[in-house]
Amino acid sequence: MTKKQKKMLKRIIIASVLMIVLAFLPVTGILKFALYMVPYLVIGHDILRKAFLGVKNKQMFDESFLMAVATVGAIILGEYTEGVAVMLFFQIGEWFQSYAVGKSRRNISQLMDIRPDYANIEDENGNLEQVDPDEVAVGTVIVVQPGEKVPIDGIIIEGNSTLNTAALTGESLPRDVVEGDEIISGCVNMTGLLKIKTTKEFGESTVSKILDLVENASSRKSRSENFISRFAYYYTPIVCYSALALAIIPPVVLMFMGQPANWGNWIYRALTFLVISCPCALVISIPLSFFAGIGGASNAGVLVKGSNYLEALAYTKYVVFDKTGTMTQGVFEVTDVKATDNDSDKLIEIAALAESYSTHPISKSLQKAYGKEIDKNRVSDVQEIGGHGVVAVVDGVTVLAGNDKLMEKYDIGYDKAEGTGTVVYVAAGNKFAGHIMISDVMKPTAKQAISDLKKIGVKKTVMLTGDSKAVADSVAADLKIDQVYSQLLPGDKVDKVEELIGQKNEKEKLVFVGDGINDAPVLSRADIGIAMGAMGSDAAIEAADVVLMDDDPVKIAKAIRIAKKCVGIVYQNIYFAIGVKVLCLILGAVGIANMWLAIFSDVGVMVLAVLNAIRALNVKNL
Amino acid sequence: MKKTYKIEVDCANCARKMENTTNATEGVKSAVVNFMTQKMEVEFEEGADPKAVMPVVLENCKKVEDDCEIYF
Repeated sequence: MTKKQKKMLKRIIIASVLMIVLAFLPVTGILKFALYMVPYLVIGHDILRKAFLGVKNKQMFDESFLMAVATVGAIILGEYTEGVAVMLFFQIGEWFQSYAVGKSRRNISQLMDIRPDYANIEDENGNLEQVDPDEVAVGTVIVVQPGEKVPIDGIIIEGNSTLNTAALTGESLPRDVVEGDEIISGCVNMTGLLKIKTTKEFGESTVSKILDLVENASSRKSRSENFISRFAYYYTPIVCYSALALAIIPPVVLMFMGQPANWGNWIYRALTFLVISCPCALVISIPLSFFAGIGGASNAGVLVKGSNYLEALAYTKYVVFDKTGTMTQGVFEVTDVKATDNDSDKLIEIAALAESYSTHPISKSLQKAYGKEIDKNRVSDVQEIGGHGVVAVVDGVTVLAGNDKLMEKYDIGYDKAEGTGTVVYVAAGNKFAGHIMISDVMKPTAKQAISDLKKIGVKKTVMLTGDSKAVADSVAADLKIDQVYSQLLPGDKVDKVEELIGQKNEKEKLVFVGDGINDAPVLSRADIGIAMGAMGSDAAIEAADVVLMDDDPVKIAKAIRIAKKCVGIVYQNIYFAIGVKVLCLILGAVGIANMWLAIFSDVGVMVLAVLNAIRALNVKNL
Repeated sequence: MKKTYKIEVDCANCARKMENTTNATEGVKSAVVNFMTQKMEVEFEEGADPKAVMPVVLENCKKVEDDCEIYF
């Protein structure tokens, strides 16, 4: 509680006690008025002052003014209890709002708090000194002890450890790092002491960028927020003028009709109107919902760059993917080996040796599959034939490793391999020895990602890729993706996305998901661009509207579910708050609702709306 | 030129009023008040001096919301 809040709480308690005591005192007349003025001034003096200042500064329609008029009016009508009570409840509401919002603001900020407070630098005597991370120059060696956050991006020059990346990715799976690995700020060092040579300044480090992004996210306002701003702009004056009309027109009409005007009754109804007129519940709960939603999402490893994007995400109907790096791991691996003599290990061994001088990705995956140190002394007379493959002498035997053209060139009879990857045919001593299939590996969760999207009402999933048709079609069929466009150049992807945007209607949103490195134009063209696997990639954080910190495609559906929950809460609050207010206005106009009900519609609705808004923070089980 | 200031404001409606009045202040191109983070981001007009504009912004904000504070 802040000092201000504590002071207010004291005033609320004093006024409440006085009110209870007064309720049992049998006083009347001027004495009653004087006695009731004590709690009224205790609780309301600042509101009266603000109302006065408001009038002076030509800010008529603020809530202090409304409350002042309503309560003073009630007191003049002789309704002392109601006048004071309305002021009291209004202040309780304000206090609650300030307390609850302040508290949730701190909670949410804490969730996002990955900001490191210090960096350790070792001095000549080997003692550690804590310094402000802002003051650490690029190239400085910093020390991160177990349990500490990595403050600045860098490269490990000494030590190995296990990192907890949960603060960045929402994923609790620990990551092992060794000397020479790049390390990004925001991870928590769990086991060993690390010495890190920094490669960036603190302000340019991942953790600063992410913080910056999340903190500024709620400044980009959503459509619902803008709607409420406009609504509040008109709502309060309209209600105030209606109140004035309600106080004057019916009594005058009644007078003309020769009946008793009943001024007091109509003015009381008009004052009830004024109490209902404050748009607080709406104005507070909607940004709070988005703020909580963005906070909850960032805790789950989904960074949303603005309330507007979170809102748009909830209306996602089309999801377009990039293939490599998004649905597949973008790492080529040996997926199938068929040796004519059934000795697959031997086949991989000779192929890996033959290709050992090549730097082609295929040769790398062969070496990885072989898994042992390559003894280059076993290989000689290496000859690379561009577009065909390699001819080399391995252990004294001539080995051919390459595509079908290489086999045909050397007149070797081979069995054509069926499949969707890159095929390496191997022949040893002029005899076909078998083939090795190398392909990009699907992410383990890719299938679930697509079915999750279908479950939450995405109409169509589309995959765009520069890869060959055979590969693309097989991946799409495997994952049950609705539509595939293959053999696209980067520019074609933008055209395809534009074509899809043209086909859908305005309200349905199109999401493009890419790995962010070469998809920047498409990411910015789509309604919402989602970049994944963004740990450490500045380009992705820049270009996308939503950033998935790890590269798990299942998070796409999760992000949409978070957005849906948040937007759902926003609409609940809009309908609930406006609904209750309109209802109370009608009941107040016909004289059924009294001031007690009016103050409930103001304070009660706000309390409920704020509590509802905070639900958006909880995204764990989505 | 864009600058971010720390502010203190109690209610969301007041923050909205501060934003409107800041936007109407001379020398300010656009302003966004973020109630949640208690920050105000002001983009100044070309050639406007923040040191001269901000006191006016504060004065105007005080008019619409008496107990707000801007730290500049």
